[in-house]
Order: sequence, then C-alpha cells, then structure tokens
Amino acid sequence: MPDGAAAAASADRIEAPTAERIEEAVRAVLGSMAGDLTATEAALLAELEGLGRTVARAKQEIARLKVDDITDSHIPSATDELDAIVHHTAQATNEILDCCEVLEGVAGRVGAAEADALQSAITRIYEACSFQDITGQRIGKVVTALKAIEARVADVTGHFLEGRVGPEAPPAAEVTEGRRLAEGPQLPGAGVSQAEIDRLLSEF
Amino acid sequence: MDKRTPVLIVDDYKTMLRIIRNLLKQLEIENVEEASDGEEALSKLRAGNFGLVISDWNMAPMTGLDLLKEVRADPKLKHTPFIMITAESKTENVVAAKQAGVSNYIVKPFNAETLREKIEKVMVHA
Repeated sequence: MPDGAAAAASADRIEAPTAERIEEAVRAVLGSMAGDLTATEAALLAELEGLGRTVARAKQEIARLKVDDITDSHIPSATDELDAIVHHTAQATNEILDCCEVLEGVAGRVGAAEADALQSAITRIYEACSFQDITGQRIGKVVTALKAIEARVADVTGHFLEGRVGPEAPPAAEVTEGRRLAEGPQLPGAGVSQAEIDRLLSEF
Repeated sequence: MDKRTPVLIVDDYKTMLRIIRNLLKQLEIENVEEASDGEEALSKLRAGNFGLVISDWNMAPMTGLDLLKEVRADPKLKHTPFIMITAESKTENVVAAKQAGVSNYIVKPFNAETLREKIEKVMVHA
C-alpha cells in the first residue's frame, strides 16, 4: 500500500476528538506522572490541568446556551416570520397589480394624452413590483443560512453534550450546473449590470 | 415580430409571471402561457408550438439553465428563441447561459424598454 494510502486508512480509524476523549487523555497523562517532576514536566502538567479545566468550562457553557431554545424555537420562529414577510409582500403586490389592471381599463376610456400618462405610470409600477421577486429571493437566502446555523449548532452540541447526537446530513442530491450557479440576487455592486451583460453577450 | 406568436413565460413567483404578462400585453403580445418551473415548461413546450420562451433561472426542481439545455437538445425545440430574465447577475451565469445557447439575458430588476428591445432583437433572428 502506498504511504499516502496507508496514512489515509490510518486517519480513517482515528475517532473524532470528543470532549470525553480529551478529558480521558488528560487524566491518563496525569495519572502516569507519579513521583518527582522536572520543571518541564511540571509545566506540562500545569498545561494539561488548564486544558482539562477549559474542556469542563466549555461543556458547562454549551449546556447554559439553551441550544434547544435556538433549534426548537428561535430559528423556526425566525424562518416563520420571514415566510410571513414573503406571503404579505406577495399579497400586497397582487393588490397593486389588481389596481394597475383597473387603471389600464380606465386608460382606454380617456383622451390620448391622459391615456399615455396613465400607461407610463402603470408601466413604472409594474417595473417596481418586481421588488417582490428580488426580496423574496433574498429572504430565501437568509432562511437557508439560518437552517445551516441550526444544523451546525445541533452538530456542535451533539459532540459536546452527553447523549446528544446531531442530525444526520441529508443524502447529497444531484447538483446540475443550473442549480450550482443559482445564487439569487447579488449585493449592490457585486453583480454585472445590464450594459455589461450586453457587452459580454456581444463578445461571443 | 408577429404579435400572435405564442409565448411561454416561466417563473416560480406568480407576481413576476403577472408582471411579465402585463408588460407583454402593453407590447400587444397577448398569446401568452405560463409555467412555474422548468419541468412544467418543458412539458408545455413539447406539447405546444411556442415561438418564444422567457424564463427565470432560479426555480425548483428544474432551473432555467437546465430548461435551456433541454430545449437546445430537443430537435423539435432547439431553434426556439429563449430569453433568460433573472436576478442571477454574476459573469459566470451569463457565460454559462450563452454557452448553453441563450438568445438574450435580462437581469432583474429590469424595465419595460429593456424587455421590448430584447424581444425585438431575438425575434428578428428567429
């Protein structure tokens, strides 16, 4: 077996360093240090004792985080609120579009100048209403980020708190190029403008 | 462009479908059908006789880019003009769409004049 493969196989057999394993290792090292200690050994002992205290404190702090509140209440509540925002903006946008369609009917019954002014204003409202799509996609990105945080929190607590196991990662679905490149709206200044897109297309 | 040409608009946001439909109506294009994702669009395209597709990118289960690739791979549909209207505004998205055979690309938010100009441009070459 090549050296690299042997090392990889060996690494596969090494278990993840849980809090219990670290504590166990510290105790084992301390237990083996009987008798007189040299200055170096005393320094090492102090370091190990410090490490043991840090691990114990981390466990207590994680227990105090009330992660159940985060995963069972805070994040689901936040995602529900965000879903409600998308729902309400969609409802409001549809109301606005209803009104525009009524106004378009009126535009057909008034003089040419008034009709042009009405039509121009209606077009601008249609253009502006695309905000619902853009904000909906941005909110979708935030929901995805919150769910990722929820999963990470559950994963970390699963490692540190006894009897807790983080959720299993879902099986990886096939990712097409279209899905891989679908990131939603970019922040202002991060994406390319319509003029730049036109230039890019003309270069092909 | 013949205003009677059947047009398929594809977007998972119903409000966006309604906005595009109304903007097309202002251009006197009223023979319009809708689909809410790539799979539904592909099924309608194969069953119908559309002269133009206007599609969003970020939809599930089938994205607009994957729809475009299916359209270009289908002998019956491969010459159908295809305009992408999307919030995806990274250079790599535009390049991938062009390589897949997109006819034109509009970034959201867009205005009515841009939509009119791109439709006229692609239909001249159709």
